[in-house]
Amino acid sequence: MKLKTFPGGLHPPDNKQWSAHKPIETCPLPAELIVPLSQHIGAPAIPCVAAGDVVKKGQVIGEAKGFVSVPVHAPTSGTVAAVEDRLHPMGKALPAVVITPDGDDAWGELPPPLDVQSASVNELRDRLRDCGIVGMGGATFPAHVKLSPPEEKPIHTLILNGVECEPYLTADHRLMLEEAETILDGIAILQKILGVKQTYLGIEANKPDAIALMEKACAGRDIEVVPLEVKYPQGAEKQLILAIAGCEVPSGGLPMDVGVVVQNVGTCAAVADAVLRGIPLIERIATVSGPGIKEPKNLKIRIGMPLAHLVEQCGGLNGEPAKIIMGGPMMGMTQLSLAVPATRGTSGLLLFTAENVPLRPEGPCIRCGRCVRACPAHILPTTIAAYARLDLFEEAEQFNAMDCIECGCCTYSCPAALPLVQAIRHAKGAILAQRRKV
Amino acid sequence: MENRLYLSSSPHVYAGATTDAIMRQVIYALLPACAAGIYFFGLPALVLLILCTAGCVGFEALGQKLMQQKLAIRDGSAALTGILLALNLPPSCPWWLALLGSFVAIVIAKQIYGGLGYNPFNPALVARVVLLISFPVQMTRWTAPAPLGSGIDAVSTATPLGAAKEAVMLHGQLPADLQSGFGSYLLGHQAGCLGEVSALLLLLGGLYLLWKKIITWQIPVSYLGTVVVLGGLFWLIDGSRYPDPVFHLLTGGLMLGAFFMATDMVTSPVTTRGMLVYGTGCGLMTVLIRLFGGYPEGVSFAILLMNAATPLIDRYTQPKKFGLVAEQA
Repeated sequence: MKLKTFPGGLHPPDNKQWSAHKPIETCPLPAELIVPLSQHIGAPAIPCVAAGDVVKKGQVIGEAKGFVSVPVHAPTSGTVAAVEDRLHPMGKALPAVVITPDGDDAWGELPPPLDVQSASVNELRDRLRDCGIVGMGGATFPAHVKLSPPEEKPIHTLILNGVECEPYLTADHRLMLEEAETILDGIAILQKILGVKQTYLGIEANKPDAIALMEKACAGRDIEVVPLEVKYPQGAEKQLILAIAGCEVPSGGLPMDVGVVVQNVGTCAAVADAVLRGIPLIERIATVSGPGIKEPKNLKIRIGMPLAHLVEQCGGLNGEPAKIIMGGPMMGMTQLSLAVPATRGTSGLLLFTAENVPLRPEGPCIRCGRCVRACPAHILPTTIAAYARLDLFEEAEQFNAMDCIECGCCTYSCPAALPLVQAIRHAKGAILAQRRKV
Repeated sequence: MENRLYLSSSPHVYAGATTDAIMRQVIYALLPACAAGIYFFGLPALVLLILCTAGCVGFEALGQKLMQQKLAIRDGSAALTGILLALNLPPSCPWWLALLGSFVAIVIAKQIYGGLGYNPFNPALVARVVLLISFPVQMTRWTAPAPLGSGIDAVSTATPLGAAKEAVMLHGQLPADLQSGFGSYLLGHQAGCLGEVSALLLLLGGLYLLWKKIITWQIPVSYLGTVVVLGGLFWLIDGSRYPDPVFHLLTGGLMLGAFFMATDMVTSPVTTRGMLVYGTGCGLMTVLIRLFGGYPEGVSFAILLMNAATPLIDRYTQPKKFGLVAEQA
């Protein structure tokens, strides 16, 4: 049978063998947790604790500000050491609550478990917001917002994203293998909130064990497991919808425009914890890997753990690190320091050494067309990038720069080592800034 | 440690392909055809290959030095142009013509436009056409193949396409023995440019490029397909006047053109649909020039004309961006 997929994309070496077979390990608590108040798309949370306060695990330490925002919770019990600006994965110092754990790891008062059958949709959605549930594939968009489609956009299909197409990362893979029941509980809650007719779980074919296990677990439920061709960026929202539901989300539109909502499998597990156990989002699974790590692992980490602590749990550094990447190698962000904390969106931590960071001299575009063939947005990366580098943003926009999903396939495939997606990002930023001005 | 960290915008991994490697692969793919040229035309062919390659690389280095640019002859593009130029010259061509051709290809057709990646026309073909127009006698003095060790001396003769054109012009019909040479045409036993003689070995090189994913099928298939269909159509209309499609395929510069010249990335479209339009255009022009033009062979002109159309083709064949259908629905 031909596996479902989308046109375009490419297949980088997946390098998942380093950690795919390693069971999830619980990472012990560090001496200090740095919990950023901005861990989601939308307005940062407002701190509601001060230095010296004693906090319990799960207690709210930052309150949501506005609809597109979620609260932030204490990942363990202890004392607030400071509320101050700390280096954030975004690359600058941003407000954070610094907690010194007391070692008891004692829960505070949690909201009561909800009964999915009897609870109202609003109650369920409010619970997700109160527990700080955000999209855990990396985008960290507040889940309750995504689950509140306007009335004129009825949702008929829920797609669960278990694709994990980024090389190296195996966190979702392990989660599906080890916590299938929790994921299914979460799916049932999402199904109830959205009232969907169809539910699909997309998994890349390079995880046959997860596909088999989830198929077995989903038997008798209203969920269809869809094995997908191994191709990057299969896990990108719009590409996933095209592969599974066969429809294209309109340019500039959202999945809800075609009646679809996509959620990551990690988010499903967090949803189940929040609704059935009242547990807020204070931990997640992250893959720590890369050639610069002694023992690659899948760790269950608390939000706010410094990256250096995760490295320590994985046998330490293997040689001198040259690049610290939060997330995967195709879309992850390089970090200034291992002092940066893990956040709700930290799906992975990759350490590269000097030999994995080739300094590639840039050459002229030879118009080979590799970027054009690889582009899953079906735009002309080399043309847009050429305009972008001359600051000709209007021309870049005419060539559909805003449709770029920034997957990086163009730069990956470019034989002339041109920073194509980087140039397009530059153009997108300038175009958005211009739109705000008008 | 913290001071030696690289910060960069994603992605952080890259495919192995480099411009140098692509150029190298194309050169490898041309080696069988070069070997055939040397086999059929002997020492002069080898000298011509060396002259053109050294000439092109030399002019590239000289030009970059004079313009105070970074020396980039290692990218292999000048060497490739040199080999392609040699393959596009008659084996008997004098040494100074080879050097003049190298100058035209590299300096006039490439560097003046900004060097690699910026030339609108295929440099080797510009050189061939400039030489053909400026030195028609030397550029159309063809010799019959004299395989190495056969002891045959090189004798002047006409190319199959030239013979066909002449017969049609003089007698209004094709020569009677036209079809007789198919087997030898395929292997390379025909008069012609150094690299145009063996359709089989050129095809082999072309398939290698397809296998290595250096080129895609669109340009060669649409080019050759159009020649077969259009050439076949005329042949069906009047077989005594128009040669059959197999003759079209096996003679002249078509195989070299379709797999190695028309597929020159810099001067051909980047869009998939554009490649089909471009290849079809090349095929159309080739057949029309061969059958109705003043020259017996039209491949060089056809490709150069389509090179000129490439920016326009790219503009009008942009892929349908993701999400456009649903927007209109």
